[in-house]
Amino acid sequence: MAVSLVFDGLLALLILTLAWRAVTDRLQFRAVVSFVALGLVLAVTWFRLSAPDLALAEAAVGSGLTGALLLAALRRWSDRDADSGGSSTRSEP
Amino acid sequence: MSGRRSAWILATAAFGLVAWAVLSLPTPAPGLTDRAFAALDDSGVTNPVTAVLLNYRSTDTLLELGVLLLAVVSVWGLRPSTGASFGRPPGPLLEGLLRILVPLLVLFGGYLLWIGAFAPGGAFQGGALVGGAIVLAVLGGLSPSRFGDRPALLRAGLAAGLAVFSCIGLSVMIAGGWFLDYPGRSAKVLILIIEAAATVSIGLTLGCLFIGGRPTTDGGPEPES
Repeated sequence: MAVSLVFDGLLALLILTLAWRAVTDRLQFRAVVSFVALGLVLAVTWFRLSAPDLALAEAAVGSGLTGALLLAALRRWSDRDADSGGSSTRSEP
Repeated sequence: MSGRRSAWILATAAFGLVAWAVLSLPTPAPGLTDRAFAALDDSGVTNPVTAVLLNYRSTDTLLELGVLLLAVVSVWGLRPSTGASFGRPPGPLLEGLLRILVPLLVLFGGYLLWIGAFAPGGAFQGGALVGGAIVLAVLGGLSPSRFGDRPALLRAGLAAGLAVFSCIGLSVMIAGGWFLDYPGRSAKVLILIIEAAATVSIGLTLGCLFIGGRPTTDGGPEPES
């Protein structure tokens, strides 16, 4: 079972890395992409934990639809910022 | 930078606490797993997750549908939709792909709804696929104002899940049981009816949340005052 252990370890590392980047990335677009990737990795993790129902819901809602919502919000925000002349996709330093 | 350092210490302490709490959990975990499996024959479905969601703990699911409806009502209350579409589709390829993909997504959503009785799947997963189909269609150039063409139908679809769920729960009470206590053999049919309505509502809700703002009836934006 060494292979599955390595796989699970990689999943855990990947979750931590993606979660960290989703929270801290200064470029908000990249943070959203990290969040979507995090959702997909979480879906695989739920599947590994033998919860395929959760995996389906996580992939569809947590990753897909939330990602689409975040991207749409990001675009509306940058549209509004462009109107007032501010920079769009960078968070406050 | 002392705020940053204390944040680090706090985060590490919280992580340590949670890790200790998880590691100190008894194994095998005590729970209702055995009772859930024992009652599976009477629940009308063979997928234990669906049995929990739609039978044992159906009140939770009913309230979740209420939460989804509240979310749409709140978003619609904020402002009317601008009626603007999400830009032109980036090319004819996407449009052609969507013509195949959107019906397939809706079909697969229906499949997930049906398979939910005996395998992983169900109303939320199927509804999420329908919602994804709406999102894709809007991104591919479908004008959001089209959703305001038949406002009564749209609102009926959004409320269908909660309405059908409550009606079935109440009519079971009239028939002599408790709220949402499906009588014996009818459980499977009742669960399927509830899930079908819930799938429509969830799909429309997620689509409407993505569009954001109340679709206007005349196809154009309402004058903002």
